[in-house]
Amino acid sequence: MTQTRKRRFPIHAVVGTVPMILVSVGVFVIGIGFSVLWSFTSSKLFPSYNFVGLSQYRRLWADDRWLISINNIWFFGLMSIACNMVFGYLLAVFMDQRVRQEDALRSIFLYPFAMSLIVTGLVWQWALDPNLGIQQAMRNWGWESFTFAPLVQANTAIYGLVVAGIWQGSGVTMAILLAGLRGIDSEIWKAAKIDGIPTWRTHVFIVAPMMRGAFATAFVLQCVAVVRVYDLVIAMTGGGPGIATTMPAVYVIQLITVRQNVGQGMAAATLMLAPILLVLAIGGILQWRNRRKESRA
Amino acid sequence: MRHLSKMLLGAVAAVALAGASSAAYATDVEVIHWWTSKGESAAVSQFAKAVDNDGAGDHWVDSAIALGETARATVMQRVLGGDPPAAAQFNPGRQYEELIKGGKLLDLTDVATAGKWDEIIRPKAIASACLVDGHWWCVPVNIHSNYWAWYSKPAFEKAGVPEPKSLADFVAAAPKLKEAGIIPFAIGGDGNGWQIQLLFQDMVTEALGVEARDKMYTTKSAEIAGGPEMKGVFEQLRTLKQYTDDGYANRNWNDTTNLVITNKAGLQVMGDWARGEFAAAGMTGVKDFGCMIGLNESKPVVSTDGDIVVFFKQDNPELEAAQKRMAALLISPEVQVAFNNAKGSMPVRGDVDLGSADPCMQKALEAVKDPAKIVTATNRFITENTNQQLNELVAQYFADDSVTADAATAKFAEIIKNSD
Repeated sequence: MTQTRKRRFPIHAVVGTVPMILVSVGVFVIGIGFSVLWSFTSSKLFPSYNFVGLSQYRRLWADDRWLISINNIWFFGLMSIACNMVFGYLLAVFMDQRVRQEDALRSIFLYPFAMSLIVTGLVWQWALDPNLGIQQAMRNWGWESFTFAPLVQANTAIYGLVVAGIWQGSGVTMAILLAGLRGIDSEIWKAAKIDGIPTWRTHVFIVAPMMRGAFATAFVLQCVAVVRVYDLVIAMTGGGPGIATTMPAVYVIQLITVRQNVGQGMAAATLMLAPILLVLAIGGILQWRNRRKESRA
Repeated sequence: MRHLSKMLLGAVAAVALAGASSAAYATDVEVIHWWTSKGESAAVSQFAKAVDNDGAGDHWVDSAIALGETARATVMQRVLGGDPPAAAQFNPGRQYEELIKGGKLLDLTDVATAGKWDEIIRPKAIASACLVDGHWWCVPVNIHSNYWAWYSKPAFEKAGVPEPKSLADFVAAAPKLKEAGIIPFAIGGDGNGWQIQLLFQDMVTEALGVEARDKMYTTKSAEIAGGPEMKGVFEQLRTLKQYTDDGYANRNWNDTTNLVITNKAGLQVMGDWARGEFAAAGMTGVKDFGCMIGLNESKPVVSTDGDIVVFFKQDNPELEAAQKRMAALLISPEVQVAFNNAKGSMPVRGDVDLGSADPCMQKALEAVKDPAKIVTATNRFITENTNQQLNELVAQYFADDSVTADAATAKFAEIIKNSD
């Protein structure tokens, strides 16, 4: 079909994409290149070219704060992504029941996503502040022994971040999954009903697998949000108490700006890139295998 | 009709003239600083007033950014991005040594020579923060001492305990304060826990003595840093934590001071800028609140920490002239008195009248006369990198009760040993 059309040089497409190519090469490739380069130097405030081998990486892995931040991002990532997907799906199913005032409800659920993470963080920080928020309110209403202040304890502060992350992320997950649900042919529901399959089984075994695309979109969006989580932490806990809720992005920014230690910050940034490259590599290998399988078939 | 057109012409000419004159003389000087609390902004407005009224048409453009580390980071980013502000606040020490080495700062030597800065600035230690290799790179504007504790007189009265004369006295009195429904010890954990670090550094000086402390930092002595006195400091820090409240985690320093001002808390360890908050709340020292110098009245010490203002090289000669006018103005006697009285700090020059200073400040002015009672600021010894590592250690120890005093002491010794 395509062969019948005359092939011409796609001048519009090229002109249209050149700025993007320049930006992505200029900003991303060169930027990443320099980050990696500087991670091998002793740069402090100003970048220098005094190469010191792997010593910045050694210092990095000897730093408690970096180790804690790696643990934190795994914990935060797994918890918030899992909860967001579950809550998002449940909300989408609920919305799909032809509820009244659907538009209003959808706006309410989507609202947290439209809000800046700084605002989200501050609101939650106030709500969880023992002297201003929920705890004080309950005590003022007479429940004197009520204690709920997760952010001030080093071992519970991360749960506070997860809660705020869920509040922020489940709405948009719902919107994407709802679109996916609406895309399912109503004939399928009817067929399942006639066959006497319970609703929950239809959801889990028939509808959910058909929504693979929507799930993948929502998942990728969540992953990106987790890797770059910075403002939420800054607004809610500042990485504290102590260094209990610090995350890799917070660590990198702190080393480059406040600690004036660009070399070590770049080493950390380079390591943040590593898992992303790993995911890309896995994706690439899977695609390559699929293609090989197809060409064999 | 002719009359009207004449008037119009006159008006146009006047507008044109006003426009021309403002273009020729009004120079905006942008200053980035972190003087944002009530007392601090009262102080900085004295600077702004002086600059705006200097007769040369300069205009102080205020860029206040809360929290020192955030403000410094902003300045550094602007410098790296090639758009430095005209001036910025720093603390004396090693925070800006790379800016000098990198040739980013305006050389103020001619202003300093004209103003005889090397004669009027006392003590010498504060001048050395700006006088590097025979050139003046910044203007010291005040002397701050970190070595203070502030307490609420009504709180101690309510608990029925005598006012403290040392940190040990306070620790002994703390259970009584708690029984009386007062937060015994007020502290805040914002900005990577710098308030806790300040307390910690004060306690280190008190426990080791000035001489051993300086030796520890200059020789990077792991022996002193890992010794029994240091372990004692960490243990006492944990004790103090038991007497603070749950809301400390994200609290900034002036909210902490406000707890003492409103008699909700007993005592706060903070630099003398806290005095500016008491003053802004209409309170006067000794009568309404108490102050304890050097965390031990029998061993008074002051530090010659403080604030300095650096000026960044610009390619606009008019702006450069305005920067130099401003530099001379900030250190002039009237501006020094007005600023420091509002701020709670000491002027950098010894030749100004301080009859209006309150009793707490008089204690400091007495101590600063004796070189043996002057403590060098920690920032003079260590880089910001090491400083933040210490911040993290102390904040983590304070927040997490599972870290033992032994482990913290060992880690402290390791950071000191490896400091650059």
